[in-house]
Amino acid sequence: MNDWIAVARLDEIPRLGARKIVTDTVEIALFRNSNDQVFAIRDRCPHKGGPLSQGIVYGTSVSCPLHNWRIDLASGEAMGPDQGCVTTYPVKVEQGRIYLSTVVDQTAVGSDAGSR
Amino acid sequence: MIREKLVMVGNGMAGVRAIEELLKLEPEMYRISVFGAEPHPNYNRIMLSPVLAGEKKVDEIILNSREWYAEQGIDLYTGDPVVEIDRINRRVKSASGVSLDYDRLLLATGSNPFIIPVPGAHLPGVIGFRDIQDVEAMLEASRAYSKAVVIGGGLLGLEAANGLMKNGMQVTVVHLMDILMERQLDKPAAELLKASLEANGLRFLMQAQTAAVLGEERVTGVQFADGSSVEADLVVMAVGIRPNMALGQKAGLYCERGIVVNDTMQTYDPRIYAVGECVQHRGNCYGLVAPLFEQARVCANHLARLGYGRYEGSVTSTKLKVTGIDLFSAGMFNEQDEDETLVLQDPAQGVYKKLVIRDNRIKGAVMYGDTLDGSWYFQLMREGTDISGFRNTILFGQHDLGDAGHGDGTRLLSLPDDAEICGCNGVCKGEIVNAITSKGLFTLDEVRAHTKASASCGSCTGLVESLLASTVGEGYSEAPSKKPLCGCTGHSHDEVIGVIRDLKLKSMPAVREVLNWKTPDGCASCRPALNYYLLANWPGEYRDDAQSRFINERAHGNIQKDGTYSVVPRMFGGLCTPGELRAIADVAEKFRVPEIKVTGGQRIDLFGVKKEDLPSVWKDLSAAGFVSGHAYGKALRTVKTCAGKTWCRFGTQNSTGLGVKLETLTWGSWMPHKFKMAVSGCPRNCAEATIKDFGVVCVDSGYELHIGGNGGIKVRITDLLCKVGSEEEVLEYSAAFIQLYREEAHYLERTAPWVERVGLNYIKARLLEDETGRRALYDRFRHSQQFFQDDPWKARAEGAEAHEFTPLQIAGLASNLS
Repeated sequence: MNDWIAVARLDEIPRLGARKIVTDTVEIALFRNSNDQVFAIRDRCPHKGGPLSQGIVYGTSVSCPLHNWRIDLASGEAMGPDQGCVTTYPVKVEQGRIYLSTVVDQTAVGSDAGSR
Repeated sequence: MIREKLVMVGNGMAGVRAIEELLKLEPEMYRISVFGAEPHPNYNRIMLSPVLAGEKKVDEIILNSREWYAEQGIDLYTGDPVVEIDRINRRVKSASGVSLDYDRLLLATGSNPFIIPVPGAHLPGVIGFRDIQDVEAMLEASRAYSKAVVIGGGLLGLEAANGLMKNGMQVTVVHLMDILMERQLDKPAAELLKASLEANGLRFLMQAQTAAVLGEERVTGVQFADGSSVEADLVVMAVGIRPNMALGQKAGLYCERGIVVNDTMQTYDPRIYAVGECVQHRGNCYGLVAPLFEQARVCANHLARLGYGRYEGSVTSTKLKVTGIDLFSAGMFNEQDEDETLVLQDPAQGVYKKLVIRDNRIKGAVMYGDTLDGSWYFQLMREGTDISGFRNTILFGQHDLGDAGHGDGTRLLSLPDDAEICGCNGVCKGEIVNAITSKGLFTLDEVRAHTKASASCGSCTGLVESLLASTVGEGYSEAPSKKPLCGCTGHSHDEVIGVIRDLKLKSMPAVREVLNWKTPDGCASCRPALNYYLLANWPGEYRDDAQSRFINERAHGNIQKDGTYSVVPRMFGGLCTPGELRAIADVAEKFRVPEIKVTGGQRIDLFGVKKEDLPSVWKDLSAAGFVSGHAYGKALRTVKTCAGKTWCRFGTQNSTGLGVKLETLTWGSWMPHKFKMAVSGCPRNCAEATIKDFGVVCVDSGYELHIGGNGGIKVRITDLLCKVGSEEEVLEYSAAFIQLYREEAHYLERTAPWVERVGLNYIKARLLEDETGRRALYDRFRHSQQFFQDDPWKARAEGAEAHEFTPLQIAGLASNLS
């Protein structure tokens, strides 16, 4: 089952920027990179819970604003020697609108608590 | 795409490093094959001494396992040296008969130990100290025999002697000169070294010229030119190395003492590159790892066709890896006529330090017994720093200048493994040493990445560098003399600033294109730097890029650990009115601010404000007349003042009034790093002006101007710039100083290290001796200020950048998202 929910227009996110989505349960960071690819991950760094939506975006990664951990936006994995993973959410862009799926990749959920 | 064929001859540290650097840049460009004469994959040759001394095992010093080669798709031929290069058909042939074509060839054949050509030099039992085989031969000999002679009292010889002694042999070191390690040490340091090695049990024969190695079937002794002799069951020749250029010579490549290469590491045949100990570059052959790694980096850059790397030679430093012996040397440590020397000698403590100085710059250093500051002196030397400001205390080390969190108990050798080195990230000595040895780390950046030590505030950088140096010895790869701005480029801060100015580049993509950036968007290090440089150079023309700002500067508040922000309204000179205080109190109540604190910069900090509330908070503060305090930015922070002569019975001038004028002139300006000022009304200096970036101390006859102070990580007292007579002059000099800092300092460089880097004399020349220049700096600052004295809070309270502060609310979105 794939429940795609429209969450924003592409132009509501600045290029190389992010918006935070507040839901009833979690906060999700929605990123847009320089190629207009969109990624959705949980807005919580696996290191010390920093709000990843506030970080600097480059390539397909974001640097956490608190301690500069670098997180891969596609996989949710910490890059470099750091270890940890954050939940990713399926997302798609159609006709300038961004849709988020409520079906979470189950393989990613279990490792969300990972830390150094 | 058909991949070009790259063949490397020699499977040692320099060559494999070049391959690693190449794979980082262009993993797909070449089909790579590697030939090595030794039967092992690439290992850490520097660690042979610890292996000999029994402190490490052979498999602990392997840097690249066979699996690594396989994963990278590299064909590896070990134990199979290349014996012929056919340059016309571009083909190499190995001893076992393998024949491979190449498009590019990389020679990294290393060096051979020099065997003194005396009778008997080829007897069994006479060896060099070069590879694993030599170490195994020495270990074997130590089990069967008892007497060893090491010929050569240099770095390698002493390490070999120490290792043999640890294996129970009686060792005599024979040296031609009267100074041990004469290429690294001067006489006093060498005497100290000899005394402590003798105390360990080594014997020395100095000024002894070897005439013959004695023996018939195996070595039995060594005879000297004066006719005397000494018994020996094992002779280790460690009198130096010779570049191994036989293959290159045979192929007709131009060689002198080594295979001659240019600044891009190409031989006279442009398809053939060479790196490492086999190379001669600008007349020099190098045998230490740091320069060889620099060569590898440049070679990789050209193999990847990036074309901007240049190797311009290296300055090297040395450490001896004999446990319990701490020595360091760098540069020209033997003074010449026009040089001065600074010497600290404490024979009872076994400490000796000498700096060779010319024109107030360090030319060389020798240290024995206490080498903690070796890397600092080395850095000052490579950067050509003018030391006149601190030469009277320089011998006492960097700690004498103050270093938060690291008191006097930081003599590294004596520290236990559980001693905390990095106070920010809680990293201990043992953890760092372990990471360096087990992961094969060579640079500060690698240690930072793997352990986080020195990765936050950086105050322990000197300690970490010293640990690196003492753990890997001479292999320690100092940061290259030219530091690239970040991993996205090979260009330094100065080069980037230079092209922005000279080529009038006014956008980030333009800078990245002109300088061949490796990444399309840059990274979290270079984007804020480029944004700053463009902003500082083209005020009013360049449009600030919010996405290249750290979150604090993008949100105009300081992010706290829970993701909320702090808000600090500006209070010019620390003054405020009852009405303003009331407005702050009202805001705090209205938005339920959890904590209020008076800051060190004489203003009020509201903690725990939600990001969504920031614009409303600012709106109310704005209405009460406040502007942003920029307490979050690389910008002008505060101007701290004391009461001054309006109230204080000691005050000589109106320090609060002057503070307000200074802050009114300078607020809103973006800087390379945060910038703090203070004005004290008399020499009692209650505003602590002498630890600020720019401090004014009022005296009866005028104003003393002080620059480059810092009260943070490393306390630094300001340097006195000059004394002026009027407030107008204070304003002009402060703005000119700020503008010089804005134009020339590197991004994230505080004024304290900047002043130390460029030297007080330079700043005096620009601000005091060049009146027109100072005036021009002042004018440029004022021009820039017309664009930046625009309150960011007010604009956002009125709706600018609204998306930054408004989350997307999706009520009821899937409760199974967790």
